[in-house]
Amino acid sequence: MALMTCRDLALGYESHAILEGLDFAVNAGDYLCIVGENGSGKSTLMRTMLGLMRPLRGAIEFGDGLRGDEIGYLPQQTVVQRDFPATVREIVLSGCQGRIGRRPFYSREEKALAEQNMARMGVTQFRRRCYRELSGGQQQRVLLARALCATRKLLLLDEPVSGLDPRVTAEMYKLIEDLNGEGVTIIMISHDIAAAVRYATHVLHLGGAQVFYGSVEAYRESALGQRFLYSEGGECA
Amino acid sequence: MIATIQQYLAFPFVRYALIVGTLIALCSSLLGVTLVLKRFSFIGDGLSHVAFGAMAIAGVLHLSNDMLFVMPVTILSAILLLRTGRNAKVKGDAAVAMISVGALAIGYLLLNLFSTSSNLSGDVCSTLFGSTSILTLTQAEVWLCVGLSIAVVVLFVLFYNRIFAVTFDEDFSRAVGTKVETYNLLIAVVIAVIIVLAMNLVGSLLISALIIFPALSAMRVFRSFKGVTICSAALSVTCALAGMLISIVGGTPVGSTIVAVDIAVFFVFAAIERLRRG
Repeated sequence: MALMTCRDLALGYESHAILEGLDFAVNAGDYLCIVGENGSGKSTLMRTMLGLMRPLRGAIEFGDGLRGDEIGYLPQQTVVQRDFPATVREIVLSGCQGRIGRRPFYSREEKALAEQNMARMGVTQFRRRCYRELSGGQQQRVLLARALCATRKLLLLDEPVSGLDPRVTAEMYKLIEDLNGEGVTIIMISHDIAAAVRYATHVLHLGGAQVFYGSVEAYRESALGQRFLYSEGGECA
Repeated sequence: MIATIQQYLAFPFVRYALIVGTLIALCSSLLGVTLVLKRFSFIGDGLSHVAFGAMAIAGVLHLSNDMLFVMPVTILSAILLLRTGRNAKVKGDAAVAMISVGALAIGYLLLNLFSTSSNLSGDVCSTLFGSTSILTLTQAEVWLCVGLSIAVVVLFVLFYNRIFAVTFDEDFSRAVGTKVETYNLLIAVVIAVIIVLAMNLVGSLLISALIIFPALSAMRVFRSFKGVTICSAALSVTCALAGMLISIVGGTPVGSTIVAVDIAVFFVFAAIERLRRG
């Protein structure tokens, strides 16, 4: 059974639909890239997957033993976070908040999990450093480590490379590819179609009435894919 | 000077004032960091004005214990402000501004129309700036303050990890199943309790200073959430004690003296930050 299935999904705000008739399934181990112009509903779709918004119609079903709150999420940075006084360890540990149930404090296992994920993302040497003093790429790794504390199965990434320089962007893509290789399912919003077809296994292209869902190979062949990949030089805003 | 302080400490009401003042300072500093970072500081300010209006009504009604009336009204306003902040037609900060100046105006109007006190401007002044109310607490009020302060500290410690998580990233918390609305509500209610308590110490106009200055000072120097929280609690308690002792010796108004000490400490910490960066 699929990890996540979207059935006849309609999304929007206050009964005004921006996306309709979405039907697709994400299987364990997939690497799905959601691409499309600004305002095409990428973020709305992701917020709905996370349960932050309710769909206008249709449903999102979780399978394979995945619960709705077992999703790791890498949000875009907020203004608050830019001058937040917190150490890397405090932030990564907060990824365990879904696991503690009614207990007030984190257990030894949860602290160990946080350490383990800091090591996995290569931020252990910053564990006592203040988050706001880190570079953009380091901050993204910290937030990725936090997301990994919340899940073993599914990561939702909202433009993880925006604002990063090309070298750090490449490192970030490598890191995500490695996680996917370890069996973590990835759903990523991206502006970068070239990278999407390079790393992903599946593409969901949102663009008003035109919606494409399928494997990367099929996307390369499709009219929509052809137009965006070749006529615009592989870059699409 | 020490002799003068010892002489004053012989009076039980001075000892009560010091104990209650210290506890209130401790509580008010705990949520300061969250308030500043969540951009909630304006809610604290609005609520303190609501508390003034409620205090005026309590005065007009000749209630024996003001706090029993002011507390529920302020808590209710906190909940309403938080609820309407998101989806009301009048947006967050405008709603707070409306409620806070409205409560101030109505409060003063009621006091003028119905108060039987011979010293009206004195009453208003002491509600706004605290002046002597900390010294005139009854024993019941002292115990109420102590009890509520302890409750605030216990709640804060128990929910410390959640408060941190919700302050840092609401969306992430919501996505992993944390009941963000509940914790926001808890934060708002605790803020309301702190504001009503702190009214006794510094008066309703100066409460925000008591909540925000220690947090801002601590944020200059410390780099972890825990460090900032502990430092801001220590600063707040020290400043409140120093302010109260100075006001006893020098005969200055309690509330504004404490805030003046808080401001001085803020500049010292800002200077330390400068020096560190070189």
